[in-house]
Amino acid sequence: MKQIEAIIRPEKLEPLKEAFHAANVNGMNVRQVLGCGNQHGWVAHNRGTTVMINMMSKIEIKIVVADNQVEKICALIIDVVRTGEMGDGKIFIKPVDDCIRIRTGERGDIAL
Amino acid sequence: MLNSGDMAFMMICAMLVFFMTPGLALFYGGMVRRKNVINTLMSVVFCCGLATILWFLFGFSVAFAPDAGGLGFIGDFSHAFFNGISATEAGDYAEGIPGALFAIFQLMFCIITPAILVGALSGRMRFKAMFIFVAAWLTLVYFPLAHMVWGEGGLILNLGAVDFAGGNVIHISSGVSGLVACLFLGSRKGYGIRSYHPHNIPLFLIGGAILWVGWFAFNGGSALAADGLAVQAIVNSMLSSAAAMMSWMAIESLLYKKTTLMGAVTGAIIGLVAITPGAGFVPFWSAPVIGILVSPICFFFMTKVKLHFGYDDALDAFGCHGIGGIWGGIATGLFAQTSINPVAQWNGLFFGDTKLFTAQLLAIIITIVYAVVVTSVIMFVLKKVMAIRVDTESEDVGLDIGEHSEQAYAAFSGIDQ
Repeated sequence: MKQIEAIIRPEKLEPLKEAFHAANVNGMNVRQVLGCGNQHGWVAHNRGTTVMINMMSKIEIKIVVADNQVEKICALIIDVVRTGEMGDGKIFIKPVDDCIRIRTGERGDIAL
Repeated sequence: MLNSGDMAFMMICAMLVFFMTPGLALFYGGMVRRKNVINTLMSVVFCCGLATILWFLFGFSVAFAPDAGGLGFIGDFSHAFFNGISATEAGDYAEGIPGALFAIFQLMFCIITPAILVGALSGRMRFKAMFIFVAAWLTLVYFPLAHMVWGEGGLILNLGAVDFAGGNVIHISSGVSGLVACLFLGSRKGYGIRSYHPHNIPLFLIGGAILWVGWFAFNGGSALAADGLAVQAIVNSMLSSAAAMMSWMAIESLLYKKTTLMGAVTGAIIGLVAITPGAGFVPFWSAPVIGILVSPICFFFMTKVKLHFGYDDALDAFGCHGIGGIWGGIATGLFAQTSINPVAQWNGLFFGDTKLFTAQLLAIIITIVYAVVVTSVIMFVLKKVMAIRVDTESEDVGLDIGEHSEQAYAAFSGIDQ
């Protein structure tokens, strides 16, 4: 069992949701994060003063899947969110010990 | 004979009508997604600057100077640069107030009209293209139309049709032109598949409240004096908006079992749209009738007709102002009474006279045809010479960053649903 944590561009959330839906990937948690990496922000003008905004708004998506699903889902994410420009984000894959469905008490892959 | 009471009233009215445009910006801004807020606010607010300059240069003259050529389409250029307009002497259109006060009061209508229109174009138009479009639209549609309806010797005025505070010039012209322009521009990405949730309904209410207050000056001030006619218009405005709010809420309760704040405010605003042309012509009892009926008519267009034809009138400029304005013009032809305002030459159809009613229909048709044809030409030419839409990436990221490099809520995180 693995947790896939993807940091993506905010405007890619909608297409990714649609792709997940089409691929029958149903669970996810999403939150908005601020961060920076190789993409160095954008220039704003506040009443004539030029300012650099370097904390970029990104979306973090977390999904937990069975081991044999990991490659397929990572490939799907990359396919949907990649633009080829800096700032496309990253994917982190982490091991998960176990999973319990609270409603039924089921454990393991079946509870995902 | 100048009258200080009239002057005081009209100066305050001019300010309140001016405030409607920033109010409209908030009203529209609340309805869009958070990534497009700045662009939507800006599309409305920049009209305050652009329309004023054009009005001063030649707009007022084209609208209100003596007729050029005798066809009733445009005025001549004798009042360009406010030439011959005095701050101390009455002009041609009102006895109690100076010509310059009349000119500045009329300017406020000229500002808000393109501002209403751009609601149909929200979320995908390049700002540069919008700037050029509004300049061209004011010059070729608004100024001539204002002359036709209100100017001395105007074509529609000569038909005997009446338009108290701008049903034809402001609401029908902006709504219909918005529809035509949005067809040329194309729909927002994902339109019809995705729902676009309004990002801030309290902001929408703040804007709606400013519009509502301003509308009393809009309709009341169109009497051009602090007299009984202004009172008639203000009372009618309140009655119509309240009735329209109630009937919109009734429709929602019947269909969805619940009422919404957005629905109630929308109802109030279209009630004001509908009473605009008749505010100073119709009796009190007819104002709630006009208001009650406008909500079902607009509701039908904003939900069923829009869905059926699939045009992306993003913020319902056509559904609210176009349709509400057309109903208002027809209703004026039904309920106007010469005893209330002798500017109307005949009574409405309800009182057995057919002449005013046919004149109203003709006026509406001329307005629609003129607005459709000229707006189509402007958009057609604009599309030939420049890109009018933002590119797909910019539309995804949002027009706030893409077009203005500004964020509405930089300090708060949040996701467009």
